[in-house]
Amino acid sequence: MEEIDEIIKEFLVESHENLDQLVEDLMELEKAPDNLERIPSIFRTIHTIKGTSGFLALPRLERLTHVGESLLVPIRDGELQLTNEIADGLFQMVDAVRNMLGEIESTGAEAEEEHLDLIALLEELQGNPKSTSPDASEDTDETEITSEIECADDPNTQIDDNTAQTESPTVNSNQKENQAPDAKGSAQSHSIADSTLRIDVQILDSLMNLVGELVLSRNQVLQFSSATDDSASNNALQKLNLVTTELQEAVMKTRMQPIRNAWSKLPRVVRDLANTCGKKVQVQMEGADTELDKTVLEAIKDPLTHIVRNSVDHGIDTTEQRLANGKPETGTLWLRAFHEGGQVIIEIADDGRGMDLDRIRAKAVEKGIISKEQAQSMNDRETINLVLLPGFSTAPAVTNVSGRGVGMDVVRTNIERIGGTLDIQSIPGKGTTLRIKLPLTLAIVPALIVKSTGREFAIPQVNLLELLRLDAERAKREIEYVYGTPVYRLRGSLLPLLYLDQLLGIRECSTESDSENPLDEKEAVNIVVLQAEDRQFGLVVDLISDTQEIVVKPLDSHLNEIELYAGATIMGNGSVSLILDAIGLAHKGKILSDQETNGLDEHKLEAESGSQTESWLVLDPGDGTQAAVALNHVARLEEFECDRIERIDNRSVVQYRNHIMPLVNLDGTPAMIDASDDDSSKHVVVCNHQCGQDVGLVIERILDIVEERSSTPVDKKCAQRVISGKVTKVITPEMINLTADGLFPS
Amino acid sequence: MKSKKTLCTFYVDKLLFGVDVSEVQEVLRAQNMTDVPLAPDVVSGLMNLRGQIVTALDMRQLLCLQPTDETRNLMNVLIRTGDTAVSLLVDEIGDVIDVQQDQFEPAPESVPKNVWEMIDGVFKLDDELLLCLNTSKLDRRDYIKSASRNLQTSLPHNHQ
Repeated sequence: MEEIDEIIKEFLVESHENLDQLVEDLMELEKAPDNLERIPSIFRTIHTIKGTSGFLALPRLERLTHVGESLLVPIRDGELQLTNEIADGLFQMVDAVRNMLGEIESTGAEAEEEHLDLIALLEELQGNPKSTSPDASEDTDETEITSEIECADDPNTQIDDNTAQTESPTVNSNQKENQAPDAKGSAQSHSIADSTLRIDVQILDSLMNLVGELVLSRNQVLQFSSATDDSASNNALQKLNLVTTELQEAVMKTRMQPIRNAWSKLPRVVRDLANTCGKKVQVQMEGADTELDKTVLEAIKDPLTHIVRNSVDHGIDTTEQRLANGKPETGTLWLRAFHEGGQVIIEIADDGRGMDLDRIRAKAVEKGIISKEQAQSMNDRETINLVLLPGFSTAPAVTNVSGRGVGMDVVRTNIERIGGTLDIQSIPGKGTTLRIKLPLTLAIVPALIVKSTGREFAIPQVNLLELLRLDAERAKREIEYVYGTPVYRLRGSLLPLLYLDQLLGIRECSTESDSENPLDEKEAVNIVVLQAEDRQFGLVVDLISDTQEIVVKPLDSHLNEIELYAGATIMGNGSVSLILDAIGLAHKGKILSDQETNGLDEHKLEAESGSQTESWLVLDPGDGTQAAVALNHVARLEEFECDRIERIDNRSVVQYRNHIMPLVNLDGTPAMIDASDDDSSKHVVVCNHQCGQDVGLVIERILDIVEERSSTPVDKKCAQRVISGKVTKVITPEMINLTADGLFPS
Repeated sequence: MKSKKTLCTFYVDKLLFGVDVSEVQEVLRAQNMTDVPLAPDVVSGLMNLRGQIVTALDMRQLLCLQPTDETRNLMNVLIRTGDTAVSLLVDEIGDVIDVQQDQFEPAPESVPKNVWEMIDGVFKLDDELLLCLNTSKLDRRDYIKSASRNLQTSLPHNHQ
């Protein structure tokens, strides 16, 4: 037997179930023709089969059920009484549908059988219901039989057959052609229907809970048993141990489904869409057997469809473009899925034209999402991520496929809601790859266990960026305060710190004057760096223990208003631990302001205030002041040995990359460096000249690289601004150029 | 109210309380409790009941009674609330007793309003009074909040 498409399989199982119900309903209706309660159910069944068969391109089945449905309409509307012969016709139809389903199941395709006679009969029943008296209709039935032998059961024995129909399928002896496949088909149809069982997910959830509890009890019992030498009980426990483990795995498996289930509809979507767009696209799937939790699978279906539609519509180029660019005529869409590091990765890749970064920037500026200046300074990655912002669509025209503004932001939101991430990579002319990272299951999440004030807390790893540990001395030195708010410089940017014990109200907030370091000064500081929306912050905890898979359980109504907690979980030793919510912590610690809505992210804020961030290299000129150079003017940072510095006309120069590079002080005057200076080397910032020559700024030392928001452009004459809280002299290339050029005409 | 009722009784600060026995899921000895920082005072902590996380309520706080230092040996009376359960921490478990409707009388108006809302009324037993708890109020967050606020104002010295 050929492998049947997943959708068709589902359709078959469903249809068989529905037909059983339909026959039952029809029997009841026949007994009490005035009782119209059953009609909607019958109608729905036929309608569903008709609709699905149309969708699955089964025209004969569709045609037959369509006629059946038409016959049911007047009955439903009370215009037609269900007579014996109408019921006969419907039963015949049911049998014919069953035969067809059996045929589909065994061969994978629709039978040739057209059932024209049956269709004619059904049409006749519908068309002139009153003109045929019962006697006459019996005659017609009789004549029908002879012509119908091939396709349908004998209508006179039909009713009897159908009483048995609910229990076992009837194989019609009158059928000559279809007999063998039909018998086979019926047997198989039931094997499919019987081998699956629909179970409420809630039951599976409670099963999982119970198994988790069993595992816990098993662990406790095993601990006791290790203290005894009784071999009999140890053997029994060993068995219990194994069975429990296997049971746990089996229960976990019940919730896992291959990603094929979510993918199966996509080739069809791609095909239809490609036809609409006049493109040729083939779909390649890799790793369709990768399993993930049903809830995750359900949640990912819509975003996947959206992404695939986008890829075909925007990503894959037209046939002409492809040929012009020397690509194969048929575009390829890859769907890949695999496990990596406890997560499921799904990649949707195309070999299309890639993203037009300039157009994205232009569109973003046009829509007011970013400012022009920002657009210029954005790197490729930032630009690509613009498409994930709300209201962004580069489609020039609204097609029925995409471009309606419900775009990638919804996709991203949906993916992030289930703890996943979305990443886009695009190479112009080569294609685009979307990478979705998903947790294996929603019920069990990996979490970091931390301790504070003797209590254990779990932090979901979705929010976790990194862990820092500062020993007591460094902590004292490197944790600084801005108006009493502790901060730590993490790779140049300030990371606000929150103390978990303070947030929990266990320890009083100590002010800066109280003590420099609110923690015990002898102790090292553990910082958990967390992401809350677009902000990062460090959570200071007493101890970081390890990572664990935890089962998230909601808190009840007494506690769910405390924003710090995302829920609770039961630890391996049976105790209850609270799960911390990164966003709640950030709100409580005032890192995220309450007014800020989720959709309003950094880009938008910046565009609104008309400012942008600039990176500054902050320097110490050696005279107690602070200077800064915009980072984009800096070519390199060098350190020259003093004996490499040569002198000419009372100026210092250095041989640098086959050029003579003049050295200047920060005020623009030529640097005079005494070779016999105490320092053995000098720090030099190499800046780009406008004339193409490099110039070296001699400085004492480099302090930091900081990002600052600038709302006013730097004034050339009054080159001062506040950077990192200090008044800073800003050195612009123009300043260096003027003075340096004057000194060293090139 | 039915003419006859079966109540599960327990003592909190020497007062006898009763809950309809059909609402009691089980009675447990002292359990390991995880306290919840920032939680309302009436929430004593969370406990693991065979894989289900159950909130334990401090009955002394809830009923505006004197807190006790002896918290280790408190008994848990688990009350079904919808599809989950809530545990009441009580000093001592009493009996399961039958009471008659004619023994019933509403609580006097003079008891604190929050407590009065929690109590259906009083059954006059032969040798003592039995306060009948209204368990439907246990699930009400607003009530829990006002109870703890009320307690904070009325018993400030107990909140160190």
